[in-house]
Amino acid sequence: MPRRILVLFAHPMLERSRVNRRMVEGLGTLDGVTVNDLYERYPTMVIDVEREKQLLVEHDVIVLQHPFYWYSAPAIVKEWLDLVLELGWAYGPGGTALRGKLMMNAITTGGANDAYHRDGYNRFTMRELLTPFDQTAHLCGMKYLAPFVIHGALRLGDGDDLRGHVAAYRTLLADLRDDRVDLDQAAAAATQGGAA
Amino acid sequence: MTDTVLFQAFVYLCAAVVCVPIAKKLGLGAVLGYLVAGVLVGPNVIGLVGHEGHHVMHFAEFGVVLMLFIVGLELQPSLLWKLRRSIVGLGGLQVALTAVLVAGVALALGVHWKPAFAIGMIMAMSSTAIVLSTLAERSLLKTGGGQAAFSVLLFQDIAVIPILAIFPLLGVAQVATESGRPAWQTGLLVIGAVAGVVAAGRFVVRPAFQFLASVKLRESFIAAALLLVVGIALLMQQVGLSPALGTFVAGVVLAESEYRHELESDIEPFKGLLLGLFFISVGAQIDFPLIGREPGTIIGLVLGTMVLKLVVLVALARMFDLDRPARWLLGFSLSQIGEFAFVLISFGISSKIFGEEVAAPLVAAVAISMLLTPLMFIVLERWVLPWATIDTGDARPQDQIDHAETPVVIAGYGRFGQVVGRLLRSIGIECTVLDLDPAMVDVIGRLGFKVYYGDASRVELLHAAGCQRAKLFILAVDDAAQSTAIAKSVREHFPTLPIMARARDRIHYFELLSHGVAAAHRETFAAAYEMAIEALRSLGYRAHTAHRLARRWRAHEERELAEVAQMWARKEERSTIFARTKQAFQEAERLMREEDPQVFVEHDGAWDNDALRSARRPDDEAPQSRDESS
Repeated sequence: MPRRILVLFAHPMLERSRVNRRMVEGLGTLDGVTVNDLYERYPTMVIDVEREKQLLVEHDVIVLQHPFYWYSAPAIVKEWLDLVLELGWAYGPGGTALRGKLMMNAITTGGANDAYHRDGYNRFTMRELLTPFDQTAHLCGMKYLAPFVIHGALRLGDGDDLRGHVAAYRTLLADLRDDRVDLDQAAAAATQGGAA
Repeated sequence: MTDTVLFQAFVYLCAAVVCVPIAKKLGLGAVLGYLVAGVLVGPNVIGLVGHEGHHVMHFAEFGVVLMLFIVGLELQPSLLWKLRRSIVGLGGLQVALTAVLVAGVALALGVHWKPAFAIGMIMAMSSTAIVLSTLAERSLLKTGGGQAAFSVLLFQDIAVIPILAIFPLLGVAQVATESGRPAWQTGLLVIGAVAGVVAAGRFVVRPAFQFLASVKLRESFIAAALLLVVGIALLMQQVGLSPALGTFVAGVVLAESEYRHELESDIEPFKGLLLGLFFISVGAQIDFPLIGREPGTIIGLVLGTMVLKLVVLVALARMFDLDRPARWLLGFSLSQIGEFAFVLISFGISSKIFGEEVAAPLVAAVAISMLLTPLMFIVLERWVLPWATIDTGDARPQDQIDHAETPVVIAGYGRFGQVVGRLLRSIGIECTVLDLDPAMVDVIGRLGFKVYYGDASRVELLHAAGCQRAKLFILAVDDAAQSTAIAKSVREHFPTLPIMARARDRIHYFELLSHGVAAAHRETFAAAYEMAIEALRSLGYRAHTAHRLARRWRAHEERELAEVAQMWARKEERSTIFARTKQAFQEAERLMREEDPQVFVEHDGAWDNDALRSARRPDDEAPQSRDESS
């Protein structure tokens, strides 16, 4: 049975986005993938927790897709985590609702790949910077997979490069859906999928 | 000439107008003012009123009846139930203990046991009229001690009925009850009458008031309110009950009706005047020649009784766990002998329990003890309470039961007020609602809301709705002129109560602010604003973007509005204000569209900016993010 994938998508200014918009548009026709556009659904940041919990229950893979703002996600993702991952539901005593699911980030960054390195000016690797997400998944009993990353999104042209990234993202999600990904390898990798 | 009604009225009103303000200014309280006025115009000093004092007193006793009706109106059955322990326990013990102790003293002085017990019961009564009006005047009614005093008084009022039944048994000659009915018939009649009052309050009075309210004739409403009280008083007299008790029951029945506040404020002035008259006639009745003849007896009687009552009350209050200030408040306030004593004394004479020679000093003692009560309060407040509160650290007795008073009062419960009221109520914040539309009051009332009929610009109604203790006044009436009038009235009489108001339009908004309204909201603004956001969304704007743009516009709009409101408050020319408004509208458009381009080309700058700064090249394909270095 194919996995069902929930993309929690957060971009506060999608009008200004090219890469993220194209990534989402690229997923449009993919079976088994639900895109949950958080800023469109909750413009005032008041989140319908019950609806979000229901969506989580109905899916096997949680993809947080967002631009990499200040080494993290846009504000609504934090609000979403704070409210939806309830004690006794997602973690803690009796908190088993998410156990066994997969979680990953799909990120676009401003900086280039080599900036996210001990010797780069961002001083940390993507995996290091994403440890809060990694641990969040771990605490909820989910397997955290290496992020899908498109570096230098602001410098990316509209040409083949971008088309390649968008296709890679779509392929990765299709592979996750159909169980064509070695999960242990994906969990251990630095990043996955994209032409980083 | 001195016998005409007009002359009598003139004398009484004169006395009241002269003495009461002076007494108030001297900090002695209105009740003492009335009593002194009575002494002055009475037969012993100026002698303007003489023997007709008795009739006046009869008439004035109706003030006590009205007062108990109002007391009943302020008492929901639920509160009465809450007070049951102090009514039955504290009240019952006070009456029993005082009666027994006074009787004991009388027995020791050689009085026969029958009159001794009658005197005991007479002396146990305290003055509902003086105590309740004094407590209310000093805002002590809702403190712990005030509540206890009220409970005891209520029990005494009820106890009058069995006492009146016992008196004939103590008499030398059996006196037939007025009608000659056997006791069981009287009992049935009493129960029937009370049940009738309760049923009528529920099923007849409410529809009747609803009809009268819909006619919108204030006089007929007031007349009906008085008719109700007079009718009940008459009925109660017929069946041998105290009229005060009957109207009290009627008041309690109507306490939960939506016309409560309107009734209260209609009856209030009559009550005030008649009570004043009552106190004056008490003052006029004091028989000074008798005191001159037997000063020792009278003084002994007054002081002995008051000290004994005070000791009993303080001891009982201690037993009932009242705090120290409340104990002393209870003792000092109820130590006098009350107006029911007059009734009981005359009944005692007619029952042949004792003769005039016993009754005369008793009447004098009762009147003097009532005259002393305001002084007792002064002693209490100046010396006793400060001393009693030192140890406990309390500045004053704590408020205990907050009656039906709610933190929020809403005036106008139409389309606007309802939204505010329902939302607050859903969170558990109770609101007192005032509305002028009887149909609306009825509908909302049936939905289980606490709604009252009445014109919120009237000060008495604002008082009755509990504005003196409310935390917030929400002004949601739709008529702009009326709204402004209410705002003025609330500001003037309750200067510390914050007002939030519904504004009809900009002009009304400015007017409200200039009258000290804390916050005003234009009534259609929020809906229009929401619709503008919807419009942006349907034109293809992202939801979050539409909200952000709308908020930004709104912030500018509100800044401008505040500025113009200040111009309005400074009473600048209308043309200047209009020009400023027009200019502000244009400014808003320019700011949103031209001068501040990042409004529309929104700055998306939470990215890895170092990378942007160092790596970015002039590149037509690159998005136009605001570059902080440029």
